[in-house]
Amino acid sequence: MALSGLDIYKRLPKTNCRKCGFPTCLAFAMQLAKKAVALDKCPEITDEGKAALEASAQPPIKLITIGEGDKKLEIGNENVLFRHEEKFFHPTGVGIILQDSLSDEDITDRLAVINKLHFERIGQEISINLVAVKQTSDSAKFAAAVKKISEATPLGLVLISNDAQSIKAAAAPIAKKRPLIYAADSKNYKEFAALAKELSIPLVAKDADLEKLAELTKSINSEGVDSLILDTAEKPLNKKIWDLTQIRRLALKKNYRPLGYPTLTIIKNNDTYEQVIEACIYILKYTGIVLLEGFDPYQILPVLTLRQNIYTDPQKPLQVEPKAYPIGQVTSDSPVLITTNFSLSFYTVLGELEASKVPAYLVSVDTEGMSVLTAWAAEKFTSDKISESLNKFEIPKKVSHNNIIIPGYVAVMSGDLEEKSGRKVIVGPREAAGIPSFLRNLNS
Amino acid sequence: MPQELLKEQWPNAIDVITIGATSQEGGTRDRAIKVGGQNGLPYLFEESDMPNKPVIAMEVFDIEPVDWPDTLKKPYGDVLSNPVEWAKKCETEFKADLIALRLAGTHPDAGNKSESDAVKLVKDIIANVKIPLIILGSNDEEKDNLILPKCAEVTKGEKCLIGDAAQKNYKTLTAACLAYGHNIIAESPIDINIAKQLNILITEMGLPSDRIIINPTVGALGYGLEYAYSIMERGRIAALGGDKMLAQPFICFVGQEAWRAKEAKASASEFPEWGKELERGILWEAVTASAFLQAGADILIMRHPKSIEIVKENINQLLQK
Ligand code: SF4
Repeated sequence: MALSGLDIYKRLPKTNCRKCGFPTCLAFAMQLAKKAVALDKCPEITDEGKAALEASAQPPIKLITIGEGDKKLEIGNENVLFRHEEKFFHPTGVGIILQDSLSDEDITDRLAVINKLHFERIGQEISINLVAVKQTSDSAKFAAAVKKISEATPLGLVLISNDAQSIKAAAAPIAKKRPLIYAADSKNYKEFAALAKELSIPLVAKDADLEKLAELTKSINSEGVDSLILDTAEKPLNKKIWDLTQIRRLALKKNYRPLGYPTLTIIKNNDTYEQVIEACIYILKYTGIVLLEGFDPYQILPVLTLRQNIYTDPQKPLQVEPKAYPIGQVTSDSPVLITTNFSLSFYTVLGELEASKVPAYLVSVDTEGMSVLTAWAAEKFTSDKISESLNKFEIPKKVSHNNIIIPGYVAVMSGDLEEKSGRKVIVGPREAAGIPSFLRNLNS
Repeated sequence: MPQELLKEQWPNAIDVITIGATSQEGGTRDRAIKVGGQNGLPYLFEESDMPNKPVIAMEVFDIEPVDWPDTLKKPYGDVLSNPVEWAKKCETEFKADLIALRLAGTHPDAGNKSESDAVKLVKDIIANVKIPLIILGSNDEEKDNLILPKCAEVTKGEKCLIGDAAQKNYKTLTAACLAYGHNIIAESPIDINIAKQLNILITEMGLPSDRIIINPTVGALGYGLEYAYSIMERGRIAALGGDKMLAQPFICFVGQEAWRAKEAKASASEFPEWGKELERGILWEAVTASAFLQAGADILIMRHPKSIEIVKENINQLLQK
């Protein structure tokens, strides 16, 4: 929450001593609110005032980093409760839980699947982020499993145990990979905080009660650790939704520091389907990290797709560059299909075109990222616009025929488009799924 | 001093809509279903109530569906060409809360069934199943305006839910719902202003707001889900904040959207990296449905019995006290 000039002024000494170079404290406060000067230009401010102002200059939900390199995960630093207000910024980290009791062979087999849990959707790569290792055996076995897993995956790690000594033995050798350690509670927090501090790695603070959780983070802060993630323990679905919502509300609306951290949820339900549904609900309801046991691609694809949907910027739909895309081994006889530059429309059509194995030109008209029907209604997908695009993208030079194929939903523009473009307009199917059979019929 | 929790109290609540009428209420259903009535955002029971739980309607078509993948057809066995048996199976075996009869075969391009065909089927369904009924047209304006009023007439007293009315075509259906005591589905194209405008137009014709259900036009997981999700959140916030012309329950056509998605339909041999096909399709529909529950959906129209079972279990967990 950004402070206004007046909010800042209240914290200044109000002596107008001019040491900051401004005639009054108020003038200085106004510049500070605009971030045009730094707070340390005022030598007179009290320590208390300084601490308060510095705290409010931080984001209400701290940004936390786990892992390293190009697979590192950043979560937190969110500004809104509802994505229509602005957007959600840092997509939820999705992780798979493995037990340390697995045999070496099982670990290798599972990681072979887990490492492949990334998919391409509408031009973006979507991927899981974390592997969590849960202690069920002794300290040595846990450390050995963590070592093996760490060597076999580039993903970030979460180490799950309530025994600080076991965690220490497992985490120390891989500390530079910034694993997340789970979890400090009201009893063991001193040990965990010391460990997080020593290894400079992030730490989960866990308590089922929100008030006690806030006390816990304050205690951990006073041990010198503030790279924290919050967990409110296992509880029924709606209670969990309530906790996640409260933490987000208190951080954003009250700038409540003790809960100003991202959250983590662990799915205990191991039903094939229900664990996926639960993970999706927590993604919708603000969780920063979600860990589950299921790792079949059919379980993870919907989770990652939902995350991609919800973290899309509502003000800026995903777009592709408007141009004529040659698909397959095109020739001057290849058909020309028209669509918009809205990523979802474009990639859906592209997928079907590729599946049809018919080489074709796909012309993406600049509709400012609007879908076919929306763009048509908003007059961004008009006969003029399409004719102009055909010329701009040099379709007359690329093909020797005179036909173009338009989406079935805009069949009404056919006549006008024929007139404007001087081309024969063929009305394609309404749904992209109809494209392969449509193209086959066209050729025969 | 500990920070107090932030509990939100809203000045308005969502209208309660009753679908179906028992013999005491002038119909022949074995139960009436109520939706709506919540006075807060979904499932935040520390600050609000949800007197009526979300319900699931199963779709039944008057013609055998052509675009359903085998994984979706299989649980229905041989009833897909027999709408009455299909509806009975949904009621008894799959425990649907409501039947959503889609008169797709009346469309001029899809068989062009006559009004008497449609009326006969509606009567047969009413006679053979006892749960409340949703009647849906074929999306051909002219044909719907001819057929839906007849269907409304022969189901007088049953308090059906009939749809869809749209901004450009709402008068005929509104008049029919008014005359024969039914509820109406008001459809808007992912646009909260049009949703409100349409509700105003319908209520101005005399149909009370507690007989309207909003169809915000949803997209499937991966295919525009987020647009409808945010529109529903915005609509609900406005409604709870006091906008009575948006304070109606939501109906989401989850099944028809989810089963169009490639991820729900494609075979595992085509996309081995996506994993098992049956489970993938089931989850695609169930995740789409569960996401809309979080945005405030009250009625879900669904297809795969297993997806429905999963979502019902999810609803139970959400409502667990
Ligand atoms: S230095 Fe500080 S106290 Fe002095 S005028 Fe500037 S803001 Fe005020």
